[in-house]
Amino acid sequence: MKKTTFILVAVSAAVLAGCATVGREDYKKAAQEMFFRSFETKGIATVDRLNQDEIQAACSEAEMNGKDLDEKLRARLEAAQMATIKPPSDGKFLGDWTKAEKIAQSGVGMAWNNKPGTVNGGNCFACHQLTKKEISFGTLGPSLYNFGKIRGVTDPNSPAAKAMVEYTWGKLYNAKAFNACTNMPRFGHLNGLTETQLKDLVAYLLDPKSPVNQ
Amino acid sequence: MITSNLKVLGCVVAAGMLSTGPALAQSEAEKAIDQYREMIADGNPADLWEAKGEELWKKKAGPKNTSLEQCDLGFGPGVLKGVYVQLPRYFADAGKVMDLEMRLSYCMRTLQGKDVKDAEYNKGDHKDIISLATYVVTQSKGMPVNVPQDHPEEKRMYELGKQAFFYRAGPYDFSCATCHNADDKRIRLQGLPNLTKNGPAGRAFTSWPAYRVSNSQLWPMQQRLNDCLRLQRFPHPKFGSEATVALSVYMGVNGKGVPSLAPTIKR
Repeated sequence: MKKTTFILVAVSAAVLAGCATVGREDYKKAAQEMFFRSFETKGIATVDRLNQDEIQAACSEAEMNGKDLDEKLRARLEAAQMATIKPPSDGKFLGDWTKAEKIAQSGVGMAWNNKPGTVNGGNCFACHQLTKKEISFGTLGPSLYNFGKIRGVTDPNSPAAKAMVEYTWGKLYNAKAFNACTNMPRFGHLNGLTETQLKDLVAYLLDPKSPVNQ
Repeated sequence: MITSNLKVLGCVVAAGMLSTGPALAQSEAEKAIDQYREMIADGNPADLWEAKGEELWKKKAGPKNTSLEQCDLGFGPGVLKGVYVQLPRYFADAGKVMDLEMRLSYCMRTLQGKDVKDAEYNKGDHKDIISLATYVVTQSKGMPVNVPQDHPEEKRMYELGKQAFFYRAGPYDFSCATCHNADDKRIRLQGLPNLTKNGPAGRAFTSWPAYRVSNSQLWPMQQRLNDCLRLQRFPHPKFGSEATVALSVYMGVNGKGVPSLAPTIKR
């Protein structure tokens, strides 16, 4: 008798608990589980890419709800991204701007159809205007036309330009350090581009002789 | 080494920036693109796939030597008119929400007894699915998008599709929203519809299947999503997977009421 009563109570409690969660499904969790059932590793694009880091998760949530990040959270996330920015291993931020156009034009890399060892591009023109000549540019990001000129950079190697040079490196390396939910990829931190490529792009943006500043 | 003082410096400069560069060249390029679109709209090679699709729909095939004419695409066996604008939807016999391609694959399997090979774009049975899909969508041309949200599973797929749409992941941190959550943006010279808004969502939703001039291929929606996800640097979406159907539901529901364009012609 007592045993039956106990079992009945336990079952009722379980049913009631179930009822309490119906209609309040954790869609976020369900979506993530759905992703792992829906995708498979192909080439270099492995399923672990579906794991979000904290900033990806926070920005997805904020964007979906049409809200800005909480100020404290934003500050913490940006600081954490800032901490990932490493200077070039030889301390020289400026590369060869003559090699940069190729990097800016190429959208190759990081996708499942790219073989390991592919030279990645930055695909800068997908989102940004950069030079007078290239009219096939996107508008997802702000125009970078005359980037160095506008900022008054006349000699990128001078002490006067040091701060701007390091800022430019920082933006390319990890744009999320400056704006947590920017759409710009973290080219240095997540290894989309090599150190050399990043240096070439810094020069491309800042050198007065670069087509960006004509 | 890199301090947050630089962040302030950057913000100040960015705020002061006003120039958007040589704007005149930009509008000339866009004018040329509009002219190009007008030119290619006159005669759509998708007609060839549509004709092939009609043939396949009526042809007896597979171990059961049956046509697809009894296939239920949502309005009962064999009904074609208006079904495309009400897909994806929940199908009780399959126990899940299916899009058009999934449902065609299902009918090929259950009615015709085929061991359907549909995992790869335009290979095996998927070749036929492309043609069949093109045939079916033509029967809904001009009809208003009306993706159902009656069944709990349909509602659930909308919510999961929404989560998926905003899900930033991978080495570029891209989500669908990265490109498709704003007005008047483009990638290179390709305009990007804001898929959170009714008009653009409905037009985009009913733009696929489309004949793509640039690679002479007919792309149904699954292939369009596949290629988006490739460039988002995601891993590979399985054909007809839940995530792809959920995204379709999200787009379709957002696009409610918009007159169907499919099949279209694209660059």
